[in-house]
Amino acid sequence: MRYAMAIDTKKCVGCGDCVVACQTENNVPHGYCRDWIVERVDGTYPSLSLEFRSERCNHCDNSPCVRCCPTGASHKAEGGIVLVTHTKCIGCGACIESCPYDARYPHPEGYVDKCTFCIHRVQKGQNPACVDVCPTRCLHFGDLDDPNSDVSLALKDRKWKVLAPEAGTKPQLYFLT
Amino acid sequence: MKTRRDFIKISAAGTGATVLGLSAFGAKKFKWFEPKIEGPVSDEDLTPYATYCEVCFWKCAGWAYVDKQGRIRKVVGNQNDPHCNGRLCPRGTGGVGMYYDEDRLKTPLIREKNSDGSQYFREASWDEALNLVATKMTEVKDKYGPEAFGLFNHGNPGTHLEHLLRAYGSESNAEPAFANCRGPRSAAYFSTFGAYIGSPECTDIRDTQCLVLIGSHLGENMHNSQVQEMSQAIDNGATIITVDPRFSTAAAHSTHWLPIKPSTDIALLMAWIHVLIYEELFNKDFVEKYTFGLDHLKEHVKNMTPEWAYGITDIQPDVIRTTAKAMAGAAPAVVIHPGRHVVWYGDDTQRERAMAILTALLGAWGKRGSLYLPESVSIPKYPQPEYPEPEWTWKDINEGKYPLATMGITTELLKASIPRLNKKHQVKAWLVGGTNLPLAMPDKKLFKEAADSVEFIAVMDTMPMEITGYADVILPEATYLERYDFIRSAQNREPNIALRVPAAEPKYDSKPGWWIAKQIGERLGLHDYFNYDDFSEVIDWQLKQMGTSLEEMKKIGVKTYPRQSGPLYIGEGEDFKFNTNTGKIELYAVDFSDEGFDPMPVYKPHPEPPQNFYRLIYGRAPMHTFSRTSNNPNLWDLMSENSVWVNPKVADLWGLKKDEEVWLKNQDGAVTSFPVKVRVTERIRWDSVYMVHGFGHSDKKLSRAFGRGASDEELITNIAVDPIMGGTGMRGNFITFLKEDPAMEVKEDKA
Ligand code: SF4
Ligand code: SF4
Ligand code: SF4
Repeated sequence: MRYAMAIDTKKCVGCGDCVVACQTENNVPHGYCRDWIVERVDGTYPSLSLEFRSERCNHCDNSPCVRCCPTGASHKAEGGIVLVTHTKCIGCGACIESCPYDARYPHPEGYVDKCTFCIHRVQKGQNPACVDVCPTRCLHFGDLDDPNSDVSLALKDRKWKVLAPEAGTKPQLYFLT
Repeated sequence: MKTRRDFIKISAAGTGATVLGLSAFGAKKFKWFEPKIEGPVSDEDLTPYATYCEVCFWKCAGWAYVDKQGRIRKVVGNQNDPHCNGRLCPRGTGGVGMYYDEDRLKTPLIREKNSDGSQYFREASWDEALNLVATKMTEVKDKYGPEAFGLFNHGNPGTHLEHLLRAYGSESNAEPAFANCRGPRSAAYFSTFGAYIGSPECTDIRDTQCLVLIGSHLGENMHNSQVQEMSQAIDNGATIITVDPRFSTAAAHSTHWLPIKPSTDIALLMAWIHVLIYEELFNKDFVEKYTFGLDHLKEHVKNMTPEWAYGITDIQPDVIRTTAKAMAGAAPAVVIHPGRHVVWYGDDTQRERAMAILTALLGAWGKRGSLYLPESVSIPKYPQPEYPEPEWTWKDINEGKYPLATMGITTELLKASIPRLNKKHQVKAWLVGGTNLPLAMPDKKLFKEAADSVEFIAVMDTMPMEITGYADVILPEATYLERYDFIRSAQNREPNIALRVPAAEPKYDSKPGWWIAKQIGERLGLHDYFNYDDFSEVIDWQLKQMGTSLEEMKKIGVKTYPRQSGPLYIGEGEDFKFNTNTGKIELYAVDFSDEGFDPMPVYKPHPEPPQNFYRLIYGRAPMHTFSRTSNNPNLWDLMSENSVWVNPKVADLWGLKKDEEVWLKNQDGAVTSFPVKVRVTERIRWDSVYMVHGFGHSDKKLSRAFGRGASDEELITNIAVDPIMGGTGMRGNFITFLKEDPAMEVKEDKA
């Protein structure tokens, strides 16, 4: 099993619904977020292109954050989901430094927090909150090992890219282009 | 100069403790904001309450999930609701922030005067506040007649007050949503098709093959199901054509982006019409069977060639032809999106007419993938007496102007409130519900004079907004998550209804709108119009007439009914009578010519920015509904201020840097109260700037939104009034940049 997410940049409108839904679902404190939007503009008026990307933890196969965590709080859970056990975390911030995607933040309670792929929902057979809320249905989640999962179907016949491939982290967010 | 109605910034006023009377109750309930380890709660441990969203007029139905401690944790869309298909937009998802906002109005407030003449708000009991409103209403009625009590309303809260005023004998009401927003569209489509577009718009984007957006910013305006359907259209490979001087989100997702010179849209539309007619690309069967006036139109557009339009619009003739052909190729499955906020240049009804004509030529009405024939459920009227007949209404206030207006015009109601203007029908007092007038409409001067002139203003709202600063009495309303409300019935493909029940007790000392209206009504002896103890009785009675019940609706939230009016689309070759003068779709508008207006649209040039000035274009961000949401803690997290978009060429010329703060000054010398950050971006033309509307709040009580960004409304002093329906065109304003604080300049002068 390998959980992953595909994000269709041809449809994302950068509305930020995924960000608010994550905030209310996961009780993310105000002023912080587990997912965020990047707007990228290329060209000059009027020959322009614009890409919105809904970004979050890449749940990397080769995750530097897990490797550098001195307490084992950052770890891999089922399906490759990268998690932080809040009670084990001492808030040293090594993982924040090591993440090439800036996906982690220091929670005011003293531990490090980040996207969990909504494991509490996924375990119950639901989609992550951001996936279920997205009005353009541009987020696709599922098991890459299952050819009929939403994410596998979304990746079929489409071009995609990952972010910072040069970091060698084997990220599991696929941006459809 | 001090006016009678000093603008009171609530928190700064009065005796310290006043509004901030945060009860222990309030503090206790704020746990949610205290950061602490508390994992997400799984849905099984939450109780869902049926609601429909009030963060915008789309009114998506959903569920408010409440945990075991009684805290509202999240709001999620209802899967069976055609407005949202189970997915709320960011504002709806963040709607919970409206409930938790610690800046909410917490208790009734009454304006008082100190011995030195200064004014402040004092906390009052409900009894006191309601008695005062009722007393004033009686006074006005005795002195001037009930018609002199005006109402500015919007949405559900406004409708409760409207019921109160109608029962009391006044129909002097206006909504900014009409003349300051979509009125021209109503007038234009009604005169062409004898039908309104309605809300949610009957656009069949889901099945379209060609979507044309002219000043529609889907993706930035999150009209939920439309945005969802645009995404489906992208999946279906539909052609999307976007006309916009700004590289909008929709433009970025389009097949063709036409970066038009602002204010020239009518020329482009007429050139498209020219191509369709003269290259015989129009839908001949449809036009012949259903329309009136093709010959007039053909003659009218004879010289309106793409080459003619190029000189006006900056759009290349071959692009005009290619896009016209793309529409014709997809016809009738074309949606010419009629837009929503369409008051731009004062000839807006005519621009909307051009869009309606284009629609007709493509046969893109009542066909799959174009505009469908919507239907709604009519809600049975709860047994109450008929309203008394007022001696005059909002119609008479217009004094014969704007014959095609179908609703009250805010600016006319304001003018009627100013004795100096010596209007035949004068308004002496206001109720305001659910609209932040000073930020919702242009021409602040007019608003201020009117507000200073009237004898009494009562405002019902959930938040301290600029408008509450003008009130004599403030009535704190419970948010939509804390109250029963009208059954939602809106048009759609399938008629449907949705329910709103309270998910929590009203916070602080706020009360539901229905309760406030009833309490005032009872004090005025209008019990027969408020013949229930709880609004749930009204809803239950109505639902039972409709074959369901409050109990059932609490479980399902949304109910769909079979269509009664026939199919969603007009059949092939089917006879169809349009509700117009000729019974046909009027390419040539008989109504307009009768009233002395151009029966077919004519392009007229509009003023251009003077040197060193740029046209002010304003719009929306997906995470905010104008000024209403800018203090919402969840949405503020997403966007806390606006910026002014400036093309890099312009930025170079002025030496403006990214995030530099500037003040904006318009052609009439109006300056923003607050500075705004510069966003240097290729996404805007060099002759224009762009701002998101709804920021730059001047009320300190809005602890997050105060002074964040600038208000475009302050810069809209030039209003081009649409002679047909009174629309207030707001895009004819031009701004320039001030790099120094203008207030400082004044001070230095004095020193
Ligand atoms: S909710 Fe969907 S459309 Fe909106 S920003 Fe997130 S991914 Fe993009
Ligand atoms: S998967 Fe869950 S935790 Fe991760 S960004 Fe989406 S909503 Fe937030
Ligand atoms: S479109 Fe968004 S804000 Fe408007 S009613 Fe729907 S969810 Fe609420």
